[in-house]
Amino acid sequence: MSASAAVLKAELRLFGREPFALFWIVAFPSILLAVLGLIPSFRDPDPGLGGARVIDLYVPVNVLLAMIMAGVQALPPVLSGYRERGILRRMSTTPMRPAALLAAQIVLHFAAALGSALLVVAVGRLAFDVALPGQLPGYLLALLLGALGALAMGAAVAAVTPTVKATTVVGSVVLFPMMFVAGVWGPVQTMPDLLRRIVECLPFGAASQALYRAAEGGSPDWAHLGVTAAWTAVLIAAAVRWFRWE
Amino acid sequence: MRAGAPEAMLEAMPIIEVSGLRKAYGGRPAVDGVTFTVEEGEIFGILGQNGAGKTTTVECVEGLRAPDAGAVRVAGLDPRTDRDRLTRTLGVQLQESELQEKLTVREALELYAALYPAPADWRGLAERLGLTGKLTTRFGRLSGGQKQRLFIALALIGRPRVVVLDELTTGLDPRARRDTWSLIEEVRDGGVTVLLVTHFMEEAQRLCDRIAVFKRGRVAALDTPAGLIRRGSGGTVISFAPSRPLDRDDLAGLPEAATVERRDGHVTIHGTDTTANAVVSLLARRRITAHRLRITDSTLDDAFLELTEDREN
Repeated sequence: MSASAAVLKAELRLFGREPFALFWIVAFPSILLAVLGLIPSFRDPDPGLGGARVIDLYVPVNVLLAMIMAGVQALPPVLSGYRERGILRRMSTTPMRPAALLAAQIVLHFAAALGSALLVVAVGRLAFDVALPGQLPGYLLALLLGALGALAMGAAVAAVTPTVKATTVVGSVVLFPMMFVAGVWGPVQTMPDLLRRIVECLPFGAASQALYRAAEGGSPDWAHLGVTAAWTAVLIAAAVRWFRWE
Repeated sequence: MRAGAPEAMLEAMPIIEVSGLRKAYGGRPAVDGVTFTVEEGEIFGILGQNGAGKTTTVECVEGLRAPDAGAVRVAGLDPRTDRDRLTRTLGVQLQESELQEKLTVREALELYAALYPAPADWRGLAERLGLTGKLTTRFGRLSGGQKQRLFIALALIGRPRVVVLDELTTGLDPRARRDTWSLIEEVRDGGVTVLLVTHFMEEAQRLCDRIAVFKRGRVAALDTPAGLIRRGSGGTVISFAPSRPLDRDDLAGLPEAATVERRDGHVTIHGTDTTANAVVSLLARRRITAHRLRITDSTLDDAFLELTEDREN
């Protein structure tokens, strides 16, 4: 077994031993979708939404929520904990780079978020008859960018905070606005015009629009994809620039 | 297969060379011109009070810190620029580091074994360190001593040529400490060089071939344990109760005696091995029986305190 595979295997086992993180990433977005779907009016076509139902809007929102839970909520304390507890330092005295540990955790959170997204789409389809994404390549592209943005945001939070405590505080301070921007408290499409324009310039607002457009079967707006990609690039740069190994 | 000549050169080369090492934190020097070399196969001790610069020095040897000035070589490698090769040569037990809370002992051993090209058999190491019964225990649930033993196992798992052990037996009970010492001796007998940071005198005296005594970022003394003890005043302590009183002149004429005390018919002399020999022959010459005769070394403890004594205070 190669060294990187051994690291990934060990981190996968550890990831499986974190029931709370797994709940928030994998189960919570689908549960939230199911709860929203139980509200009768959310299952009625709304002329104000061009005949779509609120629940149709909420599937992409909860897909994005899975990314945010993995990247912004679960990931940062893991990364800064590895630093604070000297695990990265210990690893740096072996032939393996400590970055491999962080990479393994990022990959695993990414995989869990994708699994959760799949579950959300499946619950939407099976329980509430929400159509599967109409334009799959665009949907996947938007999803990928959204996921990268969320993971990069989490890494940046871990990078700029010195301790696990600080990471957790900053992580939750960032979490709620990001959930709002993604449309968890009301899909971006239903927001007042001015608010929507602002939100569309923010990382998950733009991703939310792109996902919904692709779900409906259209091509996602390049502006929305571009905004998401730009935020992702900035956040990755910030994480790399400010991350301290000890 | 290596040719004879280069091999002879390799043998002559010290495996760790530290020269003129300096490192300051926020303008305050932690290590201030440290120089020493460690020969292959040696157990080399670094002894000193807290804040004497011991850990900073070994962190420079491990490549975890960049020196401000001076040079460090480990098996000819620069720890900062040759990290890849260094990590395969050097095994490390850090003073303050942990593992993932929920990683079991077995998983930790397997993981770290997989990181090295030719690892030691982790089962054998676990057995040698008394961890066999703890293989399924998570790191977070190990006692301090068990964690320490696991870290020693991880330091040795890559079959290093040099192993750096920082505060090796801190947190171990006396029995485990002694077991660990025998393990370290075995490791050395296997040809591994050991750099040992400690503040246990007994440990240093028992294990180390040579010791560098650190004081405020400098090497205050570098010698064998016996040599360090001899530097102190009164390296050998001779005490006995003579069967009849000794002549005052006879005692005053003892060679190399630093102090002679007589109390309640008991004589205590601080001196050297020469003094001890002279006492023995004096007793024989005068046909005096020495009851409860004890010839002991003054301990490394005494020598250490003397060497690191703060004369400014």
